[in-house]
Parts: sequence; C-alpha cells; structure tokens
Amino acid sequence: MAVEIIIFGQLADIAGSSLSMENVGDTDALVSGLHKLYPALADVKYLIAVNKSVVNENTILNENSVVALLPPFSGG
Amino acid sequence: MDNKKLYDRYQRQLVLPGFGVEGQQKLLNAKVLVIGAGGLGCPALQYLTAAGIGTIGIIDDDVVALNNLHRQVLYSESDIGFSKAERASVILQQLNPGIKIISYNERLTTKNALIVLDEFDIIMDGTDNFSTRYMINDACVLLKKTLVYAAISQFEGQLSVFRNEQDDDVNYRDMFPEPPRETDVLNCAEAGVLGTLPGMIGMMMANETIKLIAGIGEPLVGQLLIYNALNNHFYQLSLSPGDKSHSLIPRNESEFLKTDYEWLCSSPIAGEEIDAQSFSDFIAKGNVDVIDVRELNEFPQVNEFPNIKIPLVQLKDKTGILNSDSIITFCQTGSRSLQAAKILSSIFGDKKKIYSLRGGILGWKQDQAKQSV
Repeated sequence: MAVEIIIFGQLADIAGSSLSMENVGDTDALVSGLHKLYPALADVKYLIAVNKSVVNENTILNENSVVALLPPFSGG
Repeated sequence: MDNKKLYDRYQRQLVLPGFGVEGQQKLLNAKVLVIGAGGLGCPALQYLTAAGIGTIGIIDDDVVALNNLHRQVLYSESDIGFSKAERASVILQQLNPGIKIISYNERLTTKNALIVLDEFDIIMDGTDNFSTRYMINDACVLLKKTLVYAAISQFEGQLSVFRNEQDDDVNYRDMFPEPPRETDVLNCAEAGVLGTLPGMIGMMMANETIKLIAGIGEPLVGQLLIYNALNNHFYQLSLSPGDKSHSLIPRNESEFLKTDYEWLCSSPIAGEEIDAQSFSDFIAKGNVDVIDVRELNEFPQVNEFPNIKIPLVQLKDKTGILNSDSIITFCQTGSRSLQAAKILSSIFGDKKKIYSLRGGILGWKQDQAKQSV
C-alpha cells in the first residue's frame, strides 16, 4: 500500500512537492522513513495532517490516506 | 443609520442578503487592530477602511522603503522614509473620513501588547517574524481576543481564525507549539515574495474579519487555509487542540511580561556575528576570506571588496579554496550567512575564526550610504 504525501512551503525544496511511500502503517513510521530519505527534514519544524485533519499524535494510516506536511510561515 | 451619505457609501453591501443596515451598523461599531502595515496589513487596511469598520488601529514601527512598493500598494514613492503607521493612517482617512483611525508608530512588545490589544475587538496579525507572531497569539489567548492570522512564504499563504473564547478553542500553538528559530525559515527579504500574494491573502484576512463582525458566512474558525499562487490550489485543514499548547502559553499578565519572545526565536550563535562597522574594519585589514553565500544571480552585486561566491548549498563541498585564518560570510540580510557560519564551524572547529555579517549586505550598504552623507 502506498500513502500519498503532499508537501508545502520550503519543505518542498527538501523533498519535492509530492511523493508516495510504501509500507508505512502510521505517521511515526512515515516520519522516520522521510527523515531517512531526507535528513534535512529532521532539522525543521512542520505539522502533519492526515486526510485534511491536523494530527498531534501518532496516527494509523491506510492505503487511501493522504498526508500533508506544512511548515510555519513567517512572512507578512 | 439615518445619514444619507452613510447609506450611499455602503449601499452596495447594505443590499446584500443577510447583511443589511444591521450588518453595516455592526461594522461601524467594531474596533479592529491591524498589526503590521506591510504586505498583508496594507490590503487588509484598505478594505476594512472602505467597508466602514468604525475604529481601526494600526501598529508598526517600520518606515516605508522602495522595495516595499511592489506589494504594499497603499504607499507611494513620496512616502519612502516615513512611518508606515502614520502614512497609512493619513491615506486611509482620506479614503473614509467617517471612521476613526488610531496609529501607533511603535513596535509591539510584551510591555505594550496587552494594553494596546485590549482596546480592540478583533486582532489581525500581518507581521513578518515569529517572535511577534507567538507574542500576539499568546496575548490574544490571555485576553480572549479573536485573532485573524495569516502568513506568507514565496508563493504560498496560510490563513486562519482563532476565536479564543473558550479554553479549548484552537490557537496558533496547536499547529506549531514552539517557535522555530528565525534562521530555520527564510523571511520575505531572503526568500522573496510575489507582490500579488500578500494582496490576495491580506484581502482574505479583511474578508474573514468582516464576516466575523457582520455574523455572516463561515469564517475559518478551527480551519487552516493554504493557498498556492502558482497552481491556484486551495487546501483546507481542520485543526484540533493539542495537549502541549496551553502549557506553553503564559498563564497571566506577569508571566507574559517576563517571556522573552525574541530569545525564543533567536538563533544560537555559531561563530560570531559582526556588525557593518567591524566588517568594514576586517576588509580594510585584509587577510580574510569573505564569502558571498547567496545564489549567483542575486542582487545587489558586490564589487566594493574582494569576495568569493559560494552559494550556501555548495558550501560544504568547496571549503578547500579557503586559505585565510579568518572567514566572514555574508548574504542578503544575515540569516543564510549565519547558517553558513554554522556549517563552517562544524568543518573547521577552532582552526579558523568564523564570522557572519549581521544585517547582511543590504545592511552594510545602508551603513556605507550613511557614512558617506
């Protein structure tokens, strides 16, 4: 099963604006997989949303899950 | 509303279903504070003024600069060098003399924040840095004030409304509990911004504010809207209260006054930051490698002193060409050069003295211009 990942802001400079990942059962597994692929992601802050809801703790993913990663913006 | 001129002025929105004279009266009675009269603040202010918000506060300690004008279209060239809060107030008052505009030509700090914010019903955050953004969020939670929040980065904008009426209402810290370091995220000066983007997002802030006051539609309460100007994608996320958020917010006024927001967002010093004057002294003495870590096509070009051009992303692989015992890095405003100094420190350790030019080449050029007057 593949989870779709959408990436916003300058995180996209690190990992591209979209990708998919195989065999990740929850958001913790997804994050550690991403950090292995893109170590620079481990140094920056971002929020995680699953199916358009922001999650604050480890969340189960299934094959239809869409995950979004969003960094804080400061510009005005 | 018995005045014919008032009726005429607002006629086009008065006739809207669900809005009416009652909606207009709510706008006229409302007090809205716009923090930051810049890219987001200017369009928000223009539309709030036009819509007839009865009392508008503007707080900003900055002055108008030429490189503001591509997005802060409230101002003209003749405003350059003048206070944004004061110029905005004069220009907006001409647009609508019937409302009250209060300008604060000062920086929002923990000392004045609670006093100023308390004068208004709705607070709009159009600032350009994390330390002020976290301070505004915490102040609004403490004072139970509704916060209309927006921020931009390059081609994307974020927008939300934090009600702050109940303890479990979502606030900014439910998205990002703790501030990133300022250097982790490029600001507009570093990363650039398309002029139309803050125009659109600022106008959306005004739109949310008008909806909240008039009691129409569905404001973005508990929702985060993300807009991408390049592909016109809108993405809307629902937010939920986090466990950590409230433990990070000062519990009362005295805790708030003691919180050092600048420090929370400041960068750990790697190598040493030097100011424009010390930088000039270093160059005059020579025997130092000065590195421009900006991308190769960035302006202004620098030919006032010898420098080596190595973009930040290539720095790690090109340290072999650095011969001097001292290195100074510089970039546009001083944030990438600090990252560069961090990288160089990790490579050279104590073998070389490493400095970063605070305020960047833009700051240094300004300093030079001042010296020559």
